[in-house]
Amino acid sequence: MDRFLFLTVDGLSHGAVYAAFALALVIIWRGTRIVNFAQGVLAVATSYLAYTVSGRSGSYWLGFAAALVAGLVLGAIVERLVMRRVENAPPLNAVIVALGLVLVAQGVLGMIYGNQYLPFPAPFSRSAMTVGGVPLLSHFDLFVLGTVLLLMLVLAVLFTRSATGLRMRAAAFAPPVARLLGVRVGRMLTLGWALAALVGALAGMLVIPTGLGLHPTAMDTVFVSAFTAAVVGGLDSPVGAVVGGLLVGLVLSYVAGYLGAGTTPLAVLGLLVVVLLARPAGLFSGAQARRV
Amino acid sequence: MTLHRMTLIRHLTGTVVAGAALFGLTYVLDPFRDYQLATAAAYLCAAAGLTVLIGRGGQVSLGHGALMAVGAYTVAIVQNQFGDHNVVSQWTVPASLAAGVVAATLAGTVIGLAAARLRGPYLAGLTLVVAVALPAVTTVYHGVFKGDQGLSVFLPPVPDSLGVDFPLERWQAWLALAGALLVMLALANLGHGRFGRSMRAIRDNEVAASLAGIPVARVQVVAFLVSAATAGLGGGLFAVLSQSVSPDAYTLTLSLNLLLAVVIGGAGSLAGAVWGSLLLVLLRYWADELTGNLPLSPGLRTRLAGNLPLAVFGLLLIVVMLAAPGGVQGLLNRAGRWVRGRRTGRSAHRVEPSVGEPTAAQHSAPDAEPPAPVASHT
Amino acid sequence: MHISVRRAVAAATMVILVAAAGACSSKSGSGTSSAPVPGVTDTEVVVGTHTPLTGPAAAGYSKISAATKAYFDYVNANGGVNGRKITYKIMDDGYNPATTQQVVRQLVLQDKVFAILNGLGTPTHTGVLDFLNTNKVPDLFVASGSLSWNQPQKYPYTFGYNPDYTIEGKILATYLKANFAGAKVCTFGQNDDFGDDGLKGVQAVLGSGGVTHSEKYDVTNTNVAPAIGALKAAGCQVTVSFSVPGFTALAIGTGAQIGFRTQWVVSNVGADYATLAGLLKAAAGPLLEGVISDAYLPSVDDSSNGWISLFQRLNTQYNGNAPWDGNVLYGFSVGYLFVEALRAAGKNLTRQGIVQAVEKNGFTGPGLFGLRFSKSDHSGYGGLQMGKVQSGKAVLFGPVYTTDDGTGAVTESNTTPAAPPANGIPA
Repeated sequence: MDRFLFLTVDGLSHGAVYAAFALALVIIWRGTRIVNFAQGVLAVATSYLAYTVSGRSGSYWLGFAAALVAGLVLGAIVERLVMRRVENAPPLNAVIVALGLVLVAQGVLGMIYGNQYLPFPAPFSRSAMTVGGVPLLSHFDLFVLGTVLLLMLVLAVLFTRSATGLRMRAAAFAPPVARLLGVRVGRMLTLGWALAALVGALAGMLVIPTGLGLHPTAMDTVFVSAFTAAVVGGLDSPVGAVVGGLLVGLVLSYVAGYLGAGTTPLAVLGLLVVVLLARPAGLFSGAQARRV
Repeated sequence: MTLHRMTLIRHLTGTVVAGAALFGLTYVLDPFRDYQLATAAAYLCAAAGLTVLIGRGGQVSLGHGALMAVGAYTVAIVQNQFGDHNVVSQWTVPASLAAGVVAATLAGTVIGLAAARLRGPYLAGLTLVVAVALPAVTTVYHGVFKGDQGLSVFLPPVPDSLGVDFPLERWQAWLALAGALLVMLALANLGHGRFGRSMRAIRDNEVAASLAGIPVARVQVVAFLVSAATAGLGGGLFAVLSQSVSPDAYTLTLSLNLLLAVVIGGAGSLAGAVWGSLLLVLLRYWADELTGNLPLSPGLRTRLAGNLPLAVFGLLLIVVMLAAPGGVQGLLNRAGRWVRGRRTGRSAHRVEPSVGEPTAAQHSAPDAEPPAPVASHT
Repeated sequence: MHISVRRAVAAATMVILVAAAGACSSKSGSGTSSAPVPGVTDTEVVVGTHTPLTGPAAAGYSKISAATKAYFDYVNANGGVNGRKITYKIMDDGYNPATTQQVVRQLVLQDKVFAILNGLGTPTHTGVLDFLNTNKVPDLFVASGSLSWNQPQKYPYTFGYNPDYTIEGKILATYLKANFAGAKVCTFGQNDDFGDDGLKGVQAVLGSGGVTHSEKYDVTNTNVAPAIGALKAAGCQVTVSFSVPGFTALAIGTGAQIGFRTQWVVSNVGADYATLAGLLKAAAGPLLEGVISDAYLPSVDDSSNGWISLFQRLNTQYNGNAPWDGNVLYGFSVGYLFVEALRAAGKNLTRQGIVQAVEKNGFTGPGLFGLRFSKSDHSGYGGLQMGKVQSGKAVLFGPVYTTDDGTGAVTESNTTPAAPPANGIPA
């Protein structure tokens, strides 16, 4: 039972990060119908910036803030300069451009910072607090869960209750009509990318301290897990992204704990097959067209 | 009926001519270039199947690297069995390759059946996880597959009839080119027949195709398993070329590289697959050469080594994609049309295949109708 | 019919392109060497290596080749070996065996190197064994402790360098048997030959029942919490870890977080103090204190050792003053050994000649115990000394232990290692 509790908590903690990351993917998908393969590397780039800023200033939180701001800026730049040109092309082209971005970013980061794992400590203690003798959450885990929850609340309010959110949803759903109604579609797309990059930057800051360290390829496996989470939940559903993220986190934790670390990719595959067989567009997908 | 036969004969002659030309080429090139040619041919087997699947069938797969792995490991295990029983005949190699194709086809059928109801990014997501999960099988069944270590592949030596000094690389190039030509011939014939037309109909408008009586699910599964078969052959050839297999050689990166090759060459076009495979082998080599010859201080060199070619490769990808969205073949087609004086008013975009969406409803085209809501993305 | 015309044009273009590439390369490939021995002229010898410079495996390992190159620069500045300067071509394979194939073939077939030196990685190098031996290319001092490099009958041109993981397991287990008798011993290993051979070595001495619990980790999965949790649940008092530095840090760090108290015993592969301290940062001091490990090269902190002070000096002068750690020491040691081998092979340098020179052995070097090269043994180092972290420094203690890959006993050796030559170049 102890073990189960421990694994559950560990799974939820990682799952929260996957949820945040999946949310970023969903934001971009809803806005542009592109799967952003460069999401991971953008998060790594902002984390490197945080590393530099923290190192120079001595303050972790300054670096944290810098990462978030950089995420906004970087997301907007990438959309404006690069992705804008492939938004009208077949979606696969956007995938290739994103993959190209990944390579460029990993190469450039490697050139600037080198290919060693840079230590990236967490801002709070990672020692688990024991409740009744069972090691449960650490302060850092609480921070992760709290931040992701806050993020989701903010995004939910933004998208459902604010005028900007409405405009963004309109731009995503029916651009020509939205244009006619005075919505600056291009600007909304840029905003969407900026927000998604912000979310990704946050996720990066939360997950990198739990791994081997900061490295140009640090987010590659997180991307795969997050993409799976987004697909499981349904690419059009933010709620699905969150649920998917937590689900993937739990599955990875239980399987690693009870069956060994090597079998985790197979377990994720199993989860995906089971979900997609039952609901081909994800758990929270909307009504599908009737088949003829 | 005669028209059908003419197509077949035309394809056969084309294959023979190409074969003869390539045969001569292997004598002109030095062994290292022969090896590169062989590698490109192995990539081509997989890329050709994938380009047909994506470009003509409209199904995106990010997991064909895993199917290559299935072919490769099968070849490795079968060849090692031959080796254990001291069978050194040249015929073991085609036999193992055939076994690899069969194994990959089976795997492809399973995936294809699971994926028959999936569209667009959901299919991409499933195949992505397959790409990551299948190599994990090697660690789970450690005894047979030896996990991260990998297996070495027992191979018969170059046939004595070719002479003592015959370079191994040329022989490998012959094997790989034979496989690639076979795949090209098969796919070209498939594409011209009813099956090819069915695939294109489904890609362009699934509901209409279904109404017209095309068995959509069946065609899609068959398309998937055809591409899996060619990927299996490509993987098997990889195993023969590298004389070893290990999961590190068949990671997600390989699947993404295949995708790169397909899209850069021009999705849907077999000639595009040729360009893509060549570029895959040569681009990185050129990026390496370019950066290797720069005058750099030792400290800087360590930093830049490996990273600069990576960045250059990525930059080339972006530039090619932005400048030539139809891929290299699209570029050549445009050039061909321009040369022939047929300049159309609009841009030279053909009806490009997209990720499962009906092309008529291209998202965010300014004067198209509003795209149908989520519900139609079945 | 114009489709076929287009196809024919495309095909022709492709053929011309490839042929042009071929023609270009064939000319550039020959280089300056018109001598019968590839990679050797009167003034130069060219060797190559494949190593991960990018990708997750590059951490740490990318420093090794740079250090070896720095040593060669030093030797070249002092006239080279037998009048020849050493050119070291370092190729990045990103730890991907498919890339290793391409890169090694490029080195051998196009760059026509004399030998491959210190190829790194077990899965990556396994794939090129056949190619190198068929082409009779000396494959010297492979950077890995796998047993595959020690097959003189099958691969006569291949020589290992690192001590085999089985030997290490046996020696660590012998030390534990003597000093931690009765304690619950567990292992935490990488999910490949490294972890497997290490575990086998431990079990060879402690018996298969001697290891209470065994956990494995995968390099692709950085979440080791479930595995460490299992070790904690099993009540392990001593945990032997066959892990690379990144995962050693993860394991020790995670153990501390969940309150897992154990005596960590770490393989030399993953025990470099500087690397671990760099990863654990502020927590390094208390977490790493008392960690036991083993080594076949002197401790990087032992400035009284002649080799350490020599290589540190060269590191400052020729390696851009890179941060001094175990990887840099390793790179310099490999460079020194190769120069010894070149010297022994004589002025009339041939591939066969250097293979014979290595088999003849008689090499000195910074190793705590000699290399075991002979006609029947291509393994490399076979002796290890125990070490412990005390006050932030790795201190070696006790005798040097040596054993074999099989059932031989672990014996102590008291030979004193030789001191380096005055100018740091083999005489």
